[in-house]
Formats: sequence, structure tokens, C-alpha cells
Amino acid sequence: MGIVSPGFRGRPRSGREKLPPGQYLVTDFPVLSAGPTPRVKTRSWEFRITTETGEVHSWDWAAFQALPAEEFQVDLHCVTKWSKLHTNWRGVSLDTLLAQAQTSAEYALARSYGGYTTNLPLADLLDGQAWVAFEYGGRPLTPEHGGPARLLVPHLYLWKSAKWVQGIDLKAKDEPGFWESLGYHNYGDPWREQRYWGD
Amino acid sequence: MARAAVLGRLTWQVGMVTDIRKETATASTIMIDVPGWPGHAAGQHVDVRLTAEDGYSAQRSYSIASAPGRDRLELTVQRLEDGEVSPYLTDVLMVGYPLELRGPIGGWFVWDTGAGRPVLLVAGGSGVVPLMSMIRARAEIGSRTPFRLVYSVRSPETVLYAAELAERGQAGDGLEVSYVYTRSAPPGAQVRVGRLNPVVLAAPGWTREAAPAVFICGPTGFVEAAASLLVKAGHDPGVIKTERFGPSGGQA
Amino acid sequence: MTTHLDGNVLAGTFGEVFAVDITTAVGQCASCGTREAIGQAMVYTDAPGLVARCGSCGEVVLRVTRSAGRTWVDMRGVSYLELQTPGQ
Repeated sequence: MGIVSPGFRGRPRSGREKLPPGQYLVTDFPVLSAGPTPRVKTRSWEFRITTETGEVHSWDWAAFQALPAEEFQVDLHCVTKWSKLHTNWRGVSLDTLLAQAQTSAEYALARSYGGYTTNLPLADLLDGQAWVAFEYGGRPLTPEHGGPARLLVPHLYLWKSAKWVQGIDLKAKDEPGFWESLGYHNYGDPWREQRYWGD
Repeated sequence: MARAAVLGRLTWQVGMVTDIRKETATASTIMIDVPGWPGHAAGQHVDVRLTAEDGYSAQRSYSIASAPGRDRLELTVQRLEDGEVSPYLTDVLMVGYPLELRGPIGGWFVWDTGAGRPVLLVAGGSGVVPLMSMIRARAEIGSRTPFRLVYSVRSPETVLYAAELAERGQAGDGLEVSYVYTRSAPPGAQVRVGRLNPVVLAAPGWTREAAPAVFICGPTGFVEAAASLLVKAGHDPGVIKTERFGPSGGQA
Repeated sequence: MTTHLDGNVLAGTFGEVFAVDITTAVGQCASCGTREAIGQAMVYTDAPGLVARCGSCGEVVLRVTRSAGRTWVDMRGVSYLELQTPGQ
């Protein structure tokens, strides 16, 4: 820790809400990105699930919009320490998207337009834990925040919620994604503060 | 370039604020005494780190404003409305306070005092700070290398170093200073209000034939627009160096 | 922020780890072969790490992540780094 700067307070950090260890509350919605914002038009958008045997299930925007969607409210926890609570979204559950996939794979790799990847156990995408979300705060998801659609897996750190999601590959073998291959924890549970390798 | 690029590893050091001078209503220059300060090259910056009592810290980069030969460090900080660090530096920091920093940093966006080619400096708002270090360095060594500063500001009240630039620009030693006012111009001035344009940049002696080294510094949008204008006017992109100030990567 | 900054923003982080000024180093992009000063790379800093992309083709040239006490550097995006080491 550095020397204390007399009189420095920093951004407001609330102590009242229950947050995962090391997090502070924000009321804005920071935008983090590893590259330029992809600009994907819905007319060329495609979401694809590929199983470990090569079986492919894909949806264009119209097909995706025809799927049953739900509204939900979740808390977001970013590994850079900000948390944003009670965020409102609309999206399609991964349970719906994975319903037809025949798989015995245990792992998943989410891929985004622009090249970003992130990995997680397939089990963490199921049972109401994950969505492909396309509306935030009642409006279409903006490109800045991952639109047209992003993955949302709120029980893990937000880097697992791949913006501009393009597809999910189901894999027999775990493959670390973009940040997981450079020091970030392979699983990423904010409540156990799993930020980095070895945490 | 004159300064060796092999350095010891950067570490955080604690300096003490020895003086604070208001430059404009929203910007101040902070003089800092850093024990063992190795000196710097014109254009370099430092990272400043503030830590709250609970250990929370925030860090930002600030360009060094002072000339290399000065034995104390000067940073000019523009207070940003919703900034986290800059309001502390301009409104809370006092003489005698400690300030944690590391540097000097960055040997690329630096004016090589030994090179003879003319230098075109293009500043957007607080982007003038590292360019001012270059202007001061030039004066310090008595160089007559042609320098031109094109300084884009919103209004006359936001100009940093106004009096000093006026004095240096009139010294007749090869420094020219031009202003671009994007919101309001000085009363009675013969200038049109508007953004940076090709005409302002293509002053006699400063076109691509002169092949100046170019340094552009300011907000990202400004830097991109200026670089684009210069490349379109035929300047070699290879001699254009840019330093973008972003919301968290630069001054905030 | 999803626009990028210039490579000189890497200098502080690299300077703490390596005793060289990374911004005056010249790297060859492993994707497109362009040689450029790292100072000219496009750096995205609003992320869980620093990501530097080739000024020509946009592919990742360098990545840096840090925790308290550890720094990870991925340089697979450059075929080599040519550093200024005067006196050798």
C-alpha cells in the first residue's frame, strides 16, 4: 500500500450494501474493453453453440428474438473492484439455448466478435445461472456494453460475461480464455475473491 | 536521443509539494521536491498515486511541465469535473503535503534536443503540458531550432501559460505560437471561432516540405483529428508522435 | 473507454518490471510483420489488464496483467523486441 494522501477520499464507496470482498459500489456503469468496440449489425448477427462432437446449433437475430426471453435483475461484480447492484436485463436463458444440444462436455468457451474469449464450466451456464442478454435497463443493449447481445453469468466476475458474444463452444477439455491465460483465475467466484491464479 | 533508454526499474517515490501556482480557474501547477530525482526529458510524464485511509488507491499519469534542467518537478493539472484524482490535486493538495509518484516515464514522446529538424507542436487543451516542457527545454539550452505551437482551446480563459507563451513567442528566437479557439475567442481578436483546420496547420514554413517532427497531445478525439489532418496534408506519419489523454489512461 | 491510448502509456507498468523503456523499443507484429515503435501501439487500458494492439493491423501485440505482487506479460504478439541498450 502507498503512503496515505492526506484528505484523499476517492470515488464514493458505500459500506452499507453487502458486497463480495474487496469490491466497492458504483452507480455509473464503467466500460472496460480489450480492444475497439465491435459494431455488429443484427442483420448479420449469429449466435452459435458448437458441441464437442461438432454438432452446431445456430440462431440469426430473428430466430433468437423468437425464443422465450425473460427479464431479470442481477448484481455485477467486476474484477477491477467495482460492483453494480440491481441491474435490469432481458435475455434468453442458456437453458433454452442449450436445450437441444447433445453433449457430455464439462467445459465451455465463450467467443466474442472481436476475438475475446472466456472459459467456464458448462454447469455454470445451466440452471438459471446464465443468459444471452440483449436489453439493459429496458432498452436495446448498446455496443459499448456488449450489444447486440452479451453473455451474462452474474455469479462469476464480470469478465466471464463475454460482451458481443458470438458463440459458445462446448469442450471436453478446459481451454483458458483471454484473461484466464494471463493470470486471471480460471473460475472467478467473487465471493471467494478468486481474482488471480492461485487465489 | 540523448537520454539512455536503459533505466533502473521504476519504483514509487514520495515527493513533497513545495509550491502551488494557479494557472487558470481550473488548473494549477504543482511544484514537487523529489529526493534523488534523476531529471527527465522534455515530454515525459509521471504516474501519481493517491491512497485513501482504507487503502483504496487511484492512479493517473501527468505530463511533466518543467524543463529538464530544473531541479524540481512541476506538473500542471487540469481539474476535470467528474475526475477522481485531479480535483484532489487542484483543490485539496497543499504545500507540505506528500505526493507519491513514479517516473520519469516514457522515452518515446520526447523531443530530442540534439535533432535539428523543425518541431510542430499541436496541443488540445491540457495537452499543451508536455509540449510546454519542450518549449521550456528549448529555451533552457538556447536552441534556435524552429518551433511552432498550435494550441487549441475552448476559450481564452482556459489557456495555460498564456503570459509565458506570449513572452516567448515575441522573443524572436524562432518560436511561433498560434491559437485555435473552439468556443469563444478573445474580444476584438481577428480569429474565427472553430476547430483545428488544415489552413491553421499549413502556415508558411510549416508544410510538409519543411518536414517537421510533429508532437500532438490532447484528448483522444482531438489527437486523431489533428493527426488525420496532418497526414492528409502530406506529413509523414512516421514523424508524427501522439499522446492521447484518455479518461483513465491520461489525466483525470 | 473503448478508444485507445498510445504506447507510451505502457511505460509506467513496464518500467516497474523491466529496467528498459518499453516505449522506445521496436517490435515486429507477429500477425502482420509491421515493425513499429511500441510507443505507436494502440493501448487499451480500461480492462482487467493492459492490451497493446498493432497500429497497423489491430491484432494484440502485448498483454500485461497485474495483481498485488505479480505481473504477467504475454509477448506472443511480437516476433521480437529490439531495445535500445547503449554501451553494449
